[in-house]
Amino acid sequence: MKIIFKSSAVLFSVLMMSCGGKEEKKKEGFSVDRAKTTTEQPAPAPEATSTRASETVDLANKGVGPITSITLAADIDQEMAKKGEEIYGQMCLACHRVGKKFIGPAPNGVLGRRSPEWVMNMILNPEVMVKEDPLAKALLAEFNGAPMANQSLTEEQARAVLEYFRTL
Amino acid sequence: MKKYTYLVLGFLGFAALLTSCGNGNQGKGSSGALNSSNAEKVYVAPGEHDEFYAFMSGGYSGNLTVYGLPSGRMFKEIPVFSQFPTSGYGYSEETKPMLNTSHGFVPWDDSHHPDISQTNGELDGRWIFINGNNTPRIARISLTTFETEEIIEVPNSAGNHSSSFVTENSEYVVAGTRFSVPIPQRDMPINEYKGNFQGALSFISVEPEHGQMDIKFQIIMPGFNYDLSHPGRGKSHGWFFFTTYNTEEASTLQEVNSSQNDKDFIAAINWKKVEEFVNNGGGTKMPANYAHNVYDESTHTATSTMKKEVLTVNPLDVPGAVFFLPTPKSPHGCDVDPSGEYIIGNGKLSADLTIHSFDNMIAAIEGKKFDGEAYGIPILKFEDVLAGTVKSGGLGPLHTEFDGKGNAYTTFFISSEVVKWKLGTWEVIDRKPTYYSVGHLMIPGGNSRKPFGKYVVALNKITKDRYLPVGPEMEHSAQIYDISGEKMELLYDFPTHGEPHYAAGIPAELLAPKSKKFYKLSENKHPYATLGANDAKVVREGKDVHIYMSTIRSHFTPDNIEGVKVGDKVYFHITNQEQDFDVPHGFAVIGANTSELLVMPGQTKTIIWEPKQVGVWPFYCTDFCSALHQEMQGYVRVSPASSNIEISWSLGD
Repeated sequence: MKIIFKSSAVLFSVLMMSCGGKEEKKKEGFSVDRAKTTTEQPAPAPEATSTRASETVDLANKGVGPITSITLAADIDQEMAKKGEEIYGQMCLACHRVGKKFIGPAPNGVLGRRSPEWVMNMILNPEVMVKEDPLAKALLAEFNGAPMANQSLTEEQARAVLEYFRTL
Repeated sequence: MKKYTYLVLGFLGFAALLTSCGNGNQGKGSSGALNSSNAEKVYVAPGEHDEFYAFMSGGYSGNLTVYGLPSGRMFKEIPVFSQFPTSGYGYSEETKPMLNTSHGFVPWDDSHHPDISQTNGELDGRWIFINGNNTPRIARISLTTFETEEIIEVPNSAGNHSSSFVTENSEYVVAGTRFSVPIPQRDMPINEYKGNFQGALSFISVEPEHGQMDIKFQIIMPGFNYDLSHPGRGKSHGWFFFTTYNTEEASTLQEVNSSQNDKDFIAAINWKKVEEFVNNGGGTKMPANYAHNVYDESTHTATSTMKKEVLTVNPLDVPGAVFFLPTPKSPHGCDVDPSGEYIIGNGKLSADLTIHSFDNMIAAIEGKKFDGEAYGIPILKFEDVLAGTVKSGGLGPLHTEFDGKGNAYTTFFISSEVVKWKLGTWEVIDRKPTYYSVGHLMIPGGNSRKPFGKYVVALNKITKDRYLPVGPEMEHSAQIYDISGEKMELLYDFPTHGEPHYAAGIPAELLAPKSKKFYKLSENKHPYATLGANDAKVVREGKDVHIYMSTIRSHFTPDNIEGVKVGDKVYFHITNQEQDFDVPHGFAVIGANTSELLVMPGQTKTIIWEPKQVGVWPFYCTDFCSALHQEMQGYVRVSPASSNIEISWSLGD
C-alpha cells in the first residue's frame, strides 16, 4: 500500500514536471487512498441494518448514565431552550453544527432517532457511553474515532440543551 | 579542605556512624536485613497516592518542584521566577508581566525557601511562598491551581536570602537581605562599606482572604549579612529571628574577613511592636521603585504595577523592638521549635549548636542584661539568653527541623549527616550519614507548631556516585529517612531538580481534595477569549493581527488563515474549550521566537508570532490530546508585505 502510494506520488510528480511549469489543474489529490475509508470502517452496530449509526432510529435505548427517565412537556419551554442554545454555543458548537455533519453529527432531528435520556446521557457521560452503549460505540467509529468530549455540563444545563434540540 | 579531612578522620575514632558509611563511600553500607521492609515503606503501588506533598525549591532553576513522599516521585515543576517554555510561562503575553522588575524583564532567578501559609501556627495549605534570591522578589503560589499568582519585588534588598518565611497566621511573609547595600542605592566607594551600608528586613503583609502582598514596612538594620530567619510561634508569636554573619562589615574576601568575630548575632525583632509603631504613623516614607505583579485567574492575565514608595523604620525609633543575641561562629540556620521557646542558631564554622531560650531572652530584656550595643541596638548577654548547647561532634551544622515529639534534627554539611537530638536535655539520640554534604532538611510541617514527624528529607548539595553518571553536571540528591522510631532509618534516594535549598511538606489530604481540575469557560473573562466556536475570528488592526482561536479535540477553529503579511505582528489568542480534567491542548507555530503554549481547559493564552518569510506555515497541537491528535493542525498563509489579500479564516470549508 505504502509502496504503491509512494510510487504513484513519484509518477505524479514526474507528470507534473513534464507539464513544463504549467500548473496541472485537472487532477487534484489522489484516488488511491479513497479506499481507506471504506475498508477500514468497522462494521456498523450489531442488530442494525445497513444504515449508519447516525441514521439508526432507536427510541427505546436510554443509554448509560445518570438519566433514567425524562418526561417532556407537550410545549417547548422557550426560556429553557434559549438558555440551552447559549450553552450549546459555548460548549458544543465547536464539534456539532446545526444542519451539517461536522466533527460529530448534527443535533437537528436527533430526537426523532434517540430517546431524550440517551441524548442527555451522551452529553453527561460520554466516556462510558462510547464504551458501553452500542449506538454510541458505532457513532464513534462512524465519526472517525473523534471522541465526544465531556464538557462537564450540569444535569440542568444538559436538560436545557435538550430543550434547545426540540426547537431545531 | 585538608583541615576538614583531618577533623573527619578524628571523628572516625569516636562516631560509630562513620564505620559503615564514611564520606565518599558508596551507600551500600546502608543495605542490610531491613532493606526489604524499607522498600515497602517507600513503595507506592501503581495508581496509589503518596501520603505527603513535598515542595522543593528549584534553586538556580528559579522554580518550584512538587514531589510525593515517601515515593520521591516528581509531579510537577511550577514556573515561578524563570521562563518556562513547557507551558509558555514568561513567554505568553499573559504571563510576561509576572517577570517584570525595576531592572526590566528578568527571566530567571535563584529560588530558595518555600514556606506554606499557616493559621494558628499550623499549615493551612492555601498558598506557598518562595523567594527569588538574585533580583529580590517574593512569589505567592496558589495551592489550588499550583500556579504562581503574585510576585512582589523587594526594594533596598540584595541577595534576598533570609526569606520567605511566614508568621503564625500568615500576617506577614518576611524577606531579609543577605547583602547589605547603600540605602538608598548610590554611587560610593565599596571600601566605605563599614557604617554606610545597611540591611533591610521587609515585612510583607498578606491579605487574609486572597493573599495579596504589600510591603508594610522595612526595618533598616546595620550593614550585616542577614542569612536565615524564622518566626516565633506560640508564646514567641510576634517575634521574628534572623541569623547574621559578617558583623565585621567586610566588603572583600568575606571568606576570611567575615569569620573574624567569635560571635555574630541572631537579631530578634518584635514585629508586633514595629507594626504598632507604623500603625500609629511611625516610620519614614522613602522613594523607591519596585514591581508588583499579580495574576488574575478570571482573565488568565497578569498585570505589573510599579510602586514608588516604601515605608522604612529605623530600629532606634522603636525602643524595645530589636535586640541582638550573640551566637557563635557565623550562624546560618535559624530555627524555632514547635513550642516557640527555643531559638536554634547553627554556627556553620562550629561543631556545636547554640540554643537560645525565649523566656531567658525576655527576662534578659526586662533585666536590661546588656553586653553593649551595635549601632544603638542592645546586645543581650550570651550567657543570659543561652538555654543550652548540643555537643554533637558533627561539623558544619546548618539547619534544624522538629518532629513534634520533643526531638530536633540538625544537618551537618561538612560531616554529611543528620543528627537527632532531644530538646531540653540536648543529648544526641541518633545520627545518620547523608550522601553527600547536606544543606537543608525537611519534615512536613517541621517548622510550625504542628509537625508531621514521620519522614525527614535530607537535601544534599553533592551527588557524586549516587546514580548512574551523566557527565559532569548532575541533579542534586535527596534522601528520605523514616523517623517514626527512636533511630532514623534511611529509606531511599531520589534526584531533585535544580538545586533544592529548603523544601516544605504537607499531608496530601490537606491539598489533594481542593486541587483544581479545570477552569470554567463561563468564568473566563480574558478580553481575547473565544468562548464559543462562533466567536472565532481574525481581526487586523494595522500591522497587528489578532487571531481568536479555539481548541477542542481535535481541531483548531479556525484552522486556515489567509491575509497575514510579512512584517505583521500576529497574536494567537488560544482558548481551550474543553471542560474536562486533564485535557490540555498545546499550540506551536513554525519559526516562533517565543515558545509553545500549553492551554488548560477553559483557559486563554496568547503568543506573538512575527512571520518573516512568505509562505504557507503550519501550526499544530503539541499535547497528545486524542486519537486524532496528529490531525490537529492548521495553516497560515503569509503573503508579501505589499500584497492586498484580505484577512480571511475558515474551518472545514
